[in-house]
Amino acid sequence: MWKNERISQIVDGKRVIVKKPELLAPAGNLEKLKVAVHYGADAVFIGGQEYGLRSNADNFTLEEMAEGVRFASQYGAKIYVTTNIYAHNENIPGLEEYLEGLQAAGIHGIIVADPLIIETARRVAPKLEVHLSTQQSLTNWKAVQFWKEEGLERVVLARETSAEEIRQIKEKVDIEIETFIHGAMCIAYSGRCVLSNHMTARDSNRGGCCQSCRWDYDLYKLEGNNTIALFDETDDPFAMSPKDLNLIQSIPKMIELGIDSLKIEGRMKSIHYVATVVSVYRKVIDAYCADPDNFVIRKEWLDELDKCANRDTAPAFFEGVPGYKEQMFGVHSKKTTYDFAGFVLDYDRDTKIVTLQQRNFFKPGDTVEFFGPEIENFTQTVGTIWDEDGNELDAARHPLQIVKFKVEKEVFPYNMMRKEQ
Amino acid sequence: MKKPELLVTPTSVAHIHDLAKAGADAVLIGEQRYGLRLAGEFTRKDVREAMDVARKYGIRVYVAMNALFHNDKVDELGDYVRFLADIGVDAIVFGDPAVLMTVREVAPQMKLHWNTETTATNWYACNYWGRKGAKRAVLARELSMDAIIEIKQHAEVEIEVQVHGMTCMFQSKRSLIGNYFEYQGKWLEIEKKKYEKGMFLYDKERDNKYPIFEDENGTHIMSPNDICIIDELGDMVDAGIDSFKIDGVLHEAEYITNVTALYRRAIDLCVEQREQYEEEKDELLAQIEAIQPSHRPLDTGFFFKETVY
Ligand code: SF4
Repeated sequence: MWKNERISQIVDGKRVIVKKPELLAPAGNLEKLKVAVHYGADAVFIGGQEYGLRSNADNFTLEEMAEGVRFASQYGAKIYVTTNIYAHNENIPGLEEYLEGLQAAGIHGIIVADPLIIETARRVAPKLEVHLSTQQSLTNWKAVQFWKEEGLERVVLARETSAEEIRQIKEKVDIEIETFIHGAMCIAYSGRCVLSNHMTARDSNRGGCCQSCRWDYDLYKLEGNNTIALFDETDDPFAMSPKDLNLIQSIPKMIELGIDSLKIEGRMKSIHYVATVVSVYRKVIDAYCADPDNFVIRKEWLDELDKCANRDTAPAFFEGVPGYKEQMFGVHSKKTTYDFAGFVLDYDRDTKIVTLQQRNFFKPGDTVEFFGPEIENFTQTVGTIWDEDGNELDAARHPLQIVKFKVEKEVFPYNMMRKEQ
Repeated sequence: MKKPELLVTPTSVAHIHDLAKAGADAVLIGEQRYGLRLAGEFTRKDVREAMDVARKYGIRVYVAMNALFHNDKVDELGDYVRFLADIGVDAIVFGDPAVLMTVREVAPQMKLHWNTETTATNWYACNYWGRKGAKRAVLARELSMDAIIEIKQHAEVEIEVQVHGMTCMFQSKRSLIGNYFEYQGKWLEIEKKKYEKGMFLYDKERDNKYPIFEDENGTHIMSPNDICIIDELGDMVDAGIDSFKIDGVLHEAEYITNVTALYRRAIDLCVEQREQYEEEKDELLAQIEAIQPSHRPLDTGFFFKETVY
């Protein structure tokens, strides 16, 4: 492993990491933003009403952004806004106003692909940091150098770059580097796929992608006028669906490389997903930075990540060009094995009664697990459940219903309760 | 009225003779080490010969360096650019800023055309790359006719539009065909098989065939139809679009030559004898339909199609 002075130093005879990377988490709405920050994200990226790439995600209004910024600042966390569409002419009107609004809301930075948006932001909202989006598919140091000379603070590298390539980029160019560590990804070079434009008349580079790459196709070959099937009857169809990215095992290497920001994908993902993934990576990063030379990945972290995974995962590209094992063929069942059952609002230490907002059906006798940044995970069996007025319930049936029951160990607001399916 | 350039993609050096005679004003060539999805593979020796042929006919030669480069190739870009500058090619086509940086260093007088295939979607971005050194922007194929004309009205660089042939829908770094064969357990055949020609993906729901191939730059998936707007050139000619491109990738040389001759006639008429063009354009379209391979239906791409997001 590479060891670099700016990254680690000997303190009291023990090596520690002095350059801790930012943990950057996604949030599709204000509640998820708060959870991401509370569970340990150093920064959160969100989408606004326009110019972002998830046109059907929950997106933030300017007021919600300002509230998110206020909440995050209590934790010293930053908020970035994705404005990474490739704009068409028709998207130009309104852009200046939008960027001014982001600046006024206190947003720290924007994640951008289109030079139109880069230069407009520089002009009308100079307080916004500008980070180059992965949509630019940056794959080499010289292109990174170009964007540094353009004055950008940070670049998000293409997901196709390997550890060794990142090391070279870091060595040659002094600019902040952000890379993905977890979540879904494009199987194409980002920004270079218009499958959805052709197949469904939706513009993938403006957020309309229908994930056409994940559908099944049949592979044939044309020989003269004959069409030859390149699969046998028993073969699964041609597929390009990538396994989701998971670089938990590579975090130590990424920290030693001096990568500045480690990014989790998933603005569309659930609050349970955000909480789980953020808290695991928070623990990994903290543990490694405190004592890199005695660090081991704990099995419970891996198990924890599995509890919110809905697809198989792989360490694609950072650890080498992925092969067929990093793709999914044939039928793949949903993987999630846990439901998010409740959100802790309050806990009374004397009576040991939790006040919880229901997020999924549960009933007395169910085994549930609590987790959160203040506690070690624990499981217990649910006893009697009461509603807010103290009436006994046969089950917590209604979404967002406030219920109470006894929890032996102390829990804290924002802790979550999950249940095995 | 200004006459737009007719730019075509030859399959070989010999083919350039035919294309020049058919009326091409410029050709786009290159090798897959640096360029994407070319109709033919041109070594340095071929590029040199292509220059001789092109000079003889007085046509221009552009060379593709529009791949997405990883670090491993960055150091050799300078040598290739210097070679191209020495033999006097008319322009280099790039998408990756690494090429622009290299040209600034080793051949600052070299003309640059900006072409990322999918991201030249507004006039500001075209002018931005113009300020960085590009003389021309090659527009994304997913734009409407109105958007193209609006870009031209605001453009400070030349504007190139593809008017014919297939377009790229997707590029992945992964070996997607090879991976599929490997998954099927057809290990031994993979190395040669994955580079074979003529493969396509069949989409049952849409009854479409998408050509797919692998090369040094990864896996490419192409549009199911060939764009053809030989009968719709008027508005773009009036707007002053600078270059019309026929992309011949995955087509036979003879087909490309024939299409070039038909577009030559269409452009000449459209510029010089508009009434005659209006009268003849359906016939020109019919002539292309007549030589169109049966597995490649024609359509008008995104010129008249609305996309939402
Ligand atoms: S279709 Fe697939 S590869 Fe293309 S943009 Fe969508 S997710 Fe990415």
